[in-house]
Amino acid sequence: MIQYIFIAFTVLTILSATVVLWSKNVLYAAFSLLLTFLGIAALYVLAGADFLAITQILVYVGGILILLIFGVMLTNQAGNKQNTKNDIFTESTNRILGFLVAGAVFSGLFYTFARARFMDIQTVLFETIEPVATTKTIGIQLMTNFVLPFEASGILLMATLIGAAYLSKKM
Amino acid sequence: MDNSFLSYYLITSALLFSIGLAVVVTKRNVIVVLMGIELMLNAVNLNLVAFSKNDPNLQGQMFALFVIVVAVCESVVALAIILKAYEYFKTVNLDEISEVKEM
Repeated sequence: MIQYIFIAFTVLTILSATVVLWSKNVLYAAFSLLLTFLGIAALYVLAGADFLAITQILVYVGGILILLIFGVMLTNQAGNKQNTKNDIFTESTNRILGFLVAGAVFSGLFYTFARARFMDIQTVLFETIEPVATTKTIGIQLMTNFVLPFEASGILLMATLIGAAYLSKKM
Repeated sequence: MDNSFLSYYLITSALLFSIGLAVVVTKRNVIVVLMGIELMLNAVNLNLVAFSKNDPNLQGQMFALFVIVVAVCESVVALAIILKAYEYFKTVNLDEISEVKEM
């Protein structure tokens, strides 16, 4: 049963990412990016990462995607008035070369993953455990082993806040 | 639960990464290029999460969490810069935004 769910969400993720690549309309790309992020969140749940799945939905779907759609709306005030439908299109260049590069990267990664026997390494490293709620472990880790990156990301967030406010003020 | 889906996770994330790379290379709208960067970051996160399954310390998931924080900062600053550039150049086409300084 769980294989079919996994396959369904994988297909959803890949298909909607392909729509981002193929679609000329920027808003269609943004909305299929929404489906991609939801599919990735479901894949996180299937990998036993419940906290990270909720974070993915909150941050990506609720934050970054809304920001991107705002960006689309704010940067096309003139609109595309040729066909009276007001669609926002994106051009693409270097299509053959770009697909060649992407295909080369994919085949390199695929070759590595096929050769590397990560499964054996994983089974040697970790014993199989039942999936439990990860929130408590993540909280303990953030306050013990990862306290320096935690504080550094706080400083980074504040720098981002100040930087974005400075950039967007009227000169 | 065993980690028998690991190779499928890896292939999925490789596909997502190359799709994101193709979006970044071919599309000319800055916002769509940002979407491609987000796709690539998500592919990397998927790898980290898939490898940290069964890990009692959840180190991969912690790393993915910090990647998400950095991705948020990057996209916020990028959008602020894009809005400024749009104000000046009146376009978001990457080929037409070709100078950093006024001539």
